[in-house]
Amino acid sequence: MKKIIERLYLILILIFMYAPIVTLIVLSFNSSKSRARWGGFTLKWYTRLFSDTAVASALFNTLSIAILATIFSTIIGTITCIAMVGLSPKLRSLIMGVTNIPMINADIVTGISLMLLFRFLHIGSGFATILLAHITFNIPFVMLSVMPRIKSMNFYVYEAALDLGATPVVAFVKTILPDLVPGIVSGALMAFTMSLDDFIITYFTKGSGFETLSTLIYNEVKRGIQPEIYALSAIIFIVVLALLLIIYRAPNTKTKEK
Amino acid sequence: MKLFKNNKTAPLLASPYIAWALIFILVPLAMVIYYGVTNASGSFTFDNIAMITEPGYLKALGRSVLLAFISTLVCFILAYPLGMILSSMKLARNTYLVTLFILPMWMNFLLRTLTWMTLLEGKGVINTVLEFMHLPPIHIINTSGAIVLGMVYNFLPFMILPIYNSLSRIDDNIINAARDLGADSLQTFLRITLPLSVPGIISGITMVFIPALTTFAISTMLGGSKILLIGNIIEQQFTQVYDWHLGSGLSIVLMIFILINMIIERLADTEGGVLG
Repeated sequence: MKKIIERLYLILILIFMYAPIVTLIVLSFNSSKSRARWGGFTLKWYTRLFSDTAVASALFNTLSIAILATIFSTIIGTITCIAMVGLSPKLRSLIMGVTNIPMINADIVTGISLMLLFRFLHIGSGFATILLAHITFNIPFVMLSVMPRIKSMNFYVYEAALDLGATPVVAFVKTILPDLVPGIVSGALMAFTMSLDDFIITYFTKGSGFETLSTLIYNEVKRGIQPEIYALSAIIFIVVLALLLIIYRAPNTKTKEK
Repeated sequence: MKLFKNNKTAPLLASPYIAWALIFILVPLAMVIYYGVTNASGSFTFDNIAMITEPGYLKALGRSVLLAFISTLVCFILAYPLGMILSSMKLARNTYLVTLFILPMWMNFLLRTLTWMTLLEGKGVINTVLEFMHLPPIHIINTSGAIVLGMVYNFLPFMILPIYNSLSRIDDNIINAARDLGADSLQTFLRITLPLSVPGIISGITMVFIPALTTFAISTMLGGSKILLIGNIIEQQFTQVYDWHLGSGLSIVLMIFILINMIIERLADTEGGVLG
């Protein structure tokens, strides 16, 4: 009996979470523009979506900002975490305290504060400002996932490598870096998804005329939803589902091999 | 710990980020505070912050706190049993299941909200289905209820994940020991499981409450720009009214609320620690 109730509960929550998404996907094939009537199956919203240059450029902007922000924030975040080992405890806790600010603060305040900075410095809004903003809010996520690895690190192997004649760089790459890789990878993944999903900070730092997917959708919604957006949702959902299946498959097969 | 032989290497490596944090975290925050406590002519004033007592703004703030509180509560009530069920399942299966529950998190936030616009509209999907079944239509679009629904739908995974993580880390032996010592299920839950999951609950609450308190997109999309939250008011100051001073002043109020929230949670956390 308990099992049945538990199952039922899981299913109900899953329905709550997925029924809306399924509805969107169904509507993306609805040839009637009305959401209340089924007008027959069509792929025209998909063809319209693919010929829409605004969507294509917003998608390009979103992806390139996310990729660049991930690369920069991962490098800066990882180097800073490594440097933390050699810093005084006081400076270390000061740095961590400041790093926590963007994570704790509301996105709207972070967005506004960066907007004020960019206006003050007369940096033209657009690609560069969004990229700077994204690197800023991504670094804490990278540091958060690399830092625990650094803390639990054993430096004796590194010292042994030095004693055995390795140069510091070689010793670092061979002994310390491999231990950090899982933290770096999960930090980078986190940064990438945060960047892709961000709306609020992008909204305040983008300026006019430059759109990412999030800001484009927000503008569209204010004007009235076009069915192309449903097609876009369906594609994004399928891509996310596929990517997650791939990511979650990979470590599972590894542990089985062991 | 002799990673760096030279004393200057570590500060040198850390310096790019220290400079970055200074320019892009601390200076911008200082600017918000500066704008918040000055007026257009640059003289010091508390007027911008005091504007929160204007009835319209105060109402928006009160509504934001209330809706964020309700959403957080609903998320918690939904997520806690879910976390317990998931953490009690066999390990191999539940990685997939947990993924399934947090997967919507990777869908674009605006698309998730847009979904509910489509469902709840006057002639939307839900009402069409209701009409088909000869049931009366519901009118919750452009109400506070729709905003709460949107918040719960968007932020539920943020509550599920930390609660599940903290519950699945509890050692089964502790539970078994409590049972062996004669505790019934309720006692075990109240005295073992619940206190040990407090850190997860607290991080879940933060991850839901703060975005819910400060959102403006959900209220714009599901509240039909009639129901203003404090996020909407601040957003308007920067994108429509261009009163940066007032917008910054209200942002300071918002930050004070975030600080209060953090302090309360810290207190709850140490209490939980004592109980545990």
